[in-house]
Amino acid sequence: MPVTVKTFASSGEAAAALSSDRGARYLGGGTLVMRALNEGDVSISTVVRVTDRALTRIDVSGARVVIGAGVTLARVLAERDLAFLHPPARSIGGPAVRNMGTVGGNLFAPSPYGDFTVALLALDATVSVQGGFGVRDVPIEEFLQSRERQSGALVLSVSCQRPASADAFRYRKIARIKPKGGSVITLAAHLPMSGGRITGARVALGSMAPTQMRAKAAERALEGRSLDASTMAAAAAAVAEGSAPADNALASAWYRREIVGVHLRRLLAGQE
Amino acid sequence: MPKTALQFHHNGREVAIFVDGGVNLLVALRELIGDMTPKFGCGQGGCGACSVLIDGELHLSCLTLAETVAGRSVQTLDGLKDGPNLHPLQRAFADNFAAQCGYCTPGMLMAAKALLDRNPQPSRAEVIEAISGNICRCTGYEPIINAVLAAASASRARA
Amino acid sequence: MLELRKDIFADERDDNLKEIGKGTQRQDMLGHVTGTSTYFDDHKLQGMLHLKVLRSAHPHARLRRIDTAEAERSQGVRRIIRGADVPRNLNTLLSLINFGKDDEPSLAVDKVRYKGEPIVAIVADSPREAYEAIGKVRVDYEPLPAVFDVEEALKSGAPVVNETYPKNTFVYHDVYDHQKLRFGDVERGFAEADHVLEQRYQMSPIEHAPTETNGSIAAPDTNGRYVVYTSTQALFFSLDTCAKILDVPSNTFHFIGGTVGGGFGGKVDTLTEPLAILGAMLTGRPVRYVLGREEEMQYGPPRGAERIYVKDGVKRDGRIVARKIRAYFDSGAYTRLSSYAVVKCAAHLPGPYTIPNVYGDIYCVFTNRTPATAMRGFGVTGMDFALECQMDKLAHLVGIDPMEFRLINAYRDGDMKAHRREAKNTALIECVQVAAEKAKWPLREEFKRMSSRKDGGGSRAAIPPTPREAAAPRVSPAQQRTSYDRGSSIPPHERPPVTPAPPTPPPPSPPQSPSHGATRFSSVFGTRRR
Repeated sequence: MPVTVKTFASSGEAAAALSSDRGARYLGGGTLVMRALNEGDVSISTVVRVTDRALTRIDVSGARVVIGAGVTLARVLAERDLAFLHPPARSIGGPAVRNMGTVGGNLFAPSPYGDFTVALLALDATVSVQGGFGVRDVPIEEFLQSRERQSGALVLSVSCQRPASADAFRYRKIARIKPKGGSVITLAAHLPMSGGRITGARVALGSMAPTQMRAKAAERALEGRSLDASTMAAAAAAVAEGSAPADNALASAWYRREIVGVHLRRLLAGQE
Repeated sequence: MPKTALQFHHNGREVAIFVDGGVNLLVALRELIGDMTPKFGCGQGGCGACSVLIDGELHLSCLTLAETVAGRSVQTLDGLKDGPNLHPLQRAFADNFAAQCGYCTPGMLMAAKALLDRNPQPSRAEVIEAISGNICRCTGYEPIINAVLAAASASRARA
Repeated sequence: MLELRKDIFADERDDNLKEIGKGTQRQDMLGHVTGTSTYFDDHKLQGMLHLKVLRSAHPHARLRRIDTAEAERSQGVRRIIRGADVPRNLNTLLSLINFGKDDEPSLAVDKVRYKGEPIVAIVADSPREAYEAIGKVRVDYEPLPAVFDVEEALKSGAPVVNETYPKNTFVYHDVYDHQKLRFGDVERGFAEADHVLEQRYQMSPIEHAPTETNGSIAAPDTNGRYVVYTSTQALFFSLDTCAKILDVPSNTFHFIGGTVGGGFGGKVDTLTEPLAILGAMLTGRPVRYVLGREEEMQYGPPRGAERIYVKDGVKRDGRIVARKIRAYFDSGAYTRLSSYAVVKCAAHLPGPYTIPNVYGDIYCVFTNRTPATAMRGFGVTGMDFALECQMDKLAHLVGIDPMEFRLINAYRDGDMKAHRREAKNTALIECVQVAAEKAKWPLREEFKRMSSRKDGGGSRAAIPPTPREAAAPRVSPAQQRTSYDRGSSIPPHERPPVTPAPPTPPPPSPPQSPSHGATRFSSVFGTRRR
C-alpha cells in the first residue's frame, strides 16, 4: 500500500495516530524513517509528523536542562549553555546529518548509532513521553529497555541535570572514520566528586549491547573511591561485564570486548 | 495514489509539483523537477552525494521528506553558477583538480558553499569538518580541501 | 614510408607538443563542477518503470519452489521475470573471448550458490511497489552445506559450488585445474639455501564502494532497437554480453555510457543491463535497475580474496635462490574474471626479481561467496602484497637492508624471466634508488651505482633444467628452517594418486622459435573454440 503522510499540530493527536496504526512511524529529522523507506521497508505505511513548536524548545534556565525531542544536534551545538553536550553532538555525522538528526530521534537510533543517547544515559536523563494516557516521565534506562514497545508513543523532550563539574562528565567515541560514522564503541562517564571520592558514578556504553547500556560493574568499581590508577584499572577490568556486543562491519564482538577496557581507562585518565 | 501539492523555491525559481506520499526530496528534484545535479549514492545519509541547501542550511535530500520543503528555498549545484560565469568555488575546484569521476562533486560543492557562506575564512580543520559528511572515492580529498581554501582566499583577495 | 606534410595549414597549427610537466585540465572538469556531466541515471524517460530483484537468503541452497502468484497481483506490478524468461540464462563474461564455460545464470532457477544471488526480478510502477511485491514472493529453499574457504573447497568431499566445475576449480584448456609455472628446480634451490622461509598471506575481499552504485536504464528505441544508459566501464563488453544473454544481434542495442561515478573494476560485470533490457522488452517501457547501497556493498562483486603461500630459499649474501608459491584466488560462486586474474598472477611470478628457481601453482577456486571481479590490477597487486612483505622478512632474516636486498635480487635487462621471456626495459633498480633518495634512506655506494642496464644477461639469461614433476624434497640437516613446516611440503589435495595419469601432450605451438631457445608457451586461451 502507498505511504500516507499525516501532519498534526499537537503531539497528543500524533501520539494517538501512532498508537492506533501498526504501520505508522514518527518522522523527526528523517535520518531513521526516510532511510528505512529508501531501503524498501514496506512495513511503514503512515508517516506521522508534528508541527508543535514545543518540541523544538531548549530550556536551560533551571537546574535541569530540558531539550525538546525535535531539537537538532546542530542546535545543541549552537547553544552555549549545552556545552557539556557538544562532544557527543559533534561526534555524530557530518554537518548535514547534524542539521537534521534530532535528540529524540537519537533515542531510537540502533547500534552502531545512538551516540548522543549514550551521553544522556550517563547523565541519568529522563525521557518525557506522550502516550495514550497523557504525559509520563520515564528514566532513560527504562525507556531504552522497553524501546521496541515505545514506537507507539511520542517522545516530547529529554531532561537531565547539568554535570557536577566540567571535568565530571566525559565522552569518547571510537569510530573508524573521524568524526562521522557508526561507532566501534561509545563511552560516556559522569563522575561527581565529593571530598575527593566518586559519588553517583555512571558509565554508559554504546555498541556494546543491542541498546545503550550502563556498565554497572565498572560503576561499582568506581563508587566511593578516588580516581587513581588502581581505581581506573579496576573499572577497566570490570567494564565489559554484562555487555553483549555484536559482530558488524565496523568491528567484531571480540574486538569490542578487547578494547572497551583500554578506552575506559583513557577516558578516566583524561587522555586524548 | 493520493498526491500532495508541493510548492517551493528551487534555485530562486518558484516551482510546484505533486508528490506521492513518502517521496524524498532527491527523487522530487531529479524526477519531478528534472534537476539531476544532486546524486543518489546511498539513501542512508552516509555519502553526502545528495546534499542540498534548504534555507541556506546543508541537508541530505535523500533523507528529506519532499513535503517538508513547502514554501522553503532549496538550492542545488544547478543554481550555483552566476549566469554564464562559474562560482568561485566551481572555478577553484576546476583549478585544483578537485574531481575525477565527478560524482561526489555536487555534494562537495554544496557542503563547501554552506561552509563559506557562514565562515568565509575557514581553517583547514574547519574545511575538513565541513566536508566530513561527503565521501569521495577518487581524489583522496586533498585537492578538494585545497580547492575550498583557494576559493576562500580568492574571495579574501577580492574583498 | 609515411610522409608528414607539415607545411599544409602550418599557420593554423601548433606542433610544439610539449605537454609533459604542464598541468592539463580534464576534458570533463567543467561538466563535473557544473553538475552537467551525465551519469546513466541522469535521464528522465517517460513512463519509466522500476526493477528490483529478490535475492537468495542462503549461501547455498536448492530452490524447490518459487511462488510469484501473490506478487503478480500486487499493486503496480507490470511484469515478473524469472529464469525461464531469460533467453540464454547461463553465461560467463569471458566467453566473449572464448575463455571459460558458461556457468552463471542471470536469474537462478534450481539452485543458488551465494547469498544475494538474484532469483526473481519484479518490474513495477514505483520502487515502493516493487519492494512490496518482492515481499510477496515465496521461495522454498532447501539449504545445502556451504563452503567459504578456498582450501576447504579443494578438499575431497567439499560441497560442489558450481556444477560446471565439479572440483571447485576453474579448468584451463579443458584439462588443467590450476596455472602452473616451473623454472629450474626449487627443491634443489632450497637444499642449497642458507635459510628457508615459508609464510602464509591472506587478503580479504575488497569492496570498490563507488559513490555511484551499479545501474542501468533500458528503453525501447526506434527500429526495434533498445537504448541503454549504463554505469558500465566496458561499453562494448556489456553490449555484447547482453546480446548473448538476450540472444539478439548486437546491433539491437545502442549503449550509451556516461561518465562513470567510480568504477575501479567493479562496473565491468554487466550486472544490471541484461535484466533492465529484458524488462524493457517484456513491458515495452523504459526500465531502470539500480543497486541500492547495501546491494552494492554486499552483492556487488568485490576484488576476490587471495590466500598465498610463499616459500623462499635465500643465501646469506642476500640472493634468493628458490621461490615456491602456492596461491588460491577466491572466485566466489562464479568465474567472472577470476580465471583471467589467475593467469595474470602466474605471469607475474616471482615479481620483478631474477630468481634461478621458481615454482608456482595458482588456483581459481569456487566458494559460496559473492562472486569476485576486477579491481585495480587484480591478479597482480594481491600477489605483490605477499611478495613484498616476504622480501622485507627475508631481508630481516639475513640482516640486509630491505632496499639493498631488493637491489641485489632485482631483475636486469637481458635476464631470463621465469616464464621464459627475456627481461627488457626493466627499471626496478632505478625505482628503488629514487624512492630511497626521496625518503632519505641511506644506500651504500655500490647500490647507488647499480643499473638495470648493467650486469644482466650472460649466465642469468639461461633457462635452467626444469624437472617435469616435483622432486623429492632434500633437506639439509644444518639448514635453518623457519615456521610453517608442517610435514610434507606437498599439500594433501595435491598429492598425486598412486598411478598418476600420463601427462596430456601440450597443444601444438606455432613454429616460430625465439633466438634464445626458450620454449614458446601456447596461447593463454588455448585452442580456439567455435
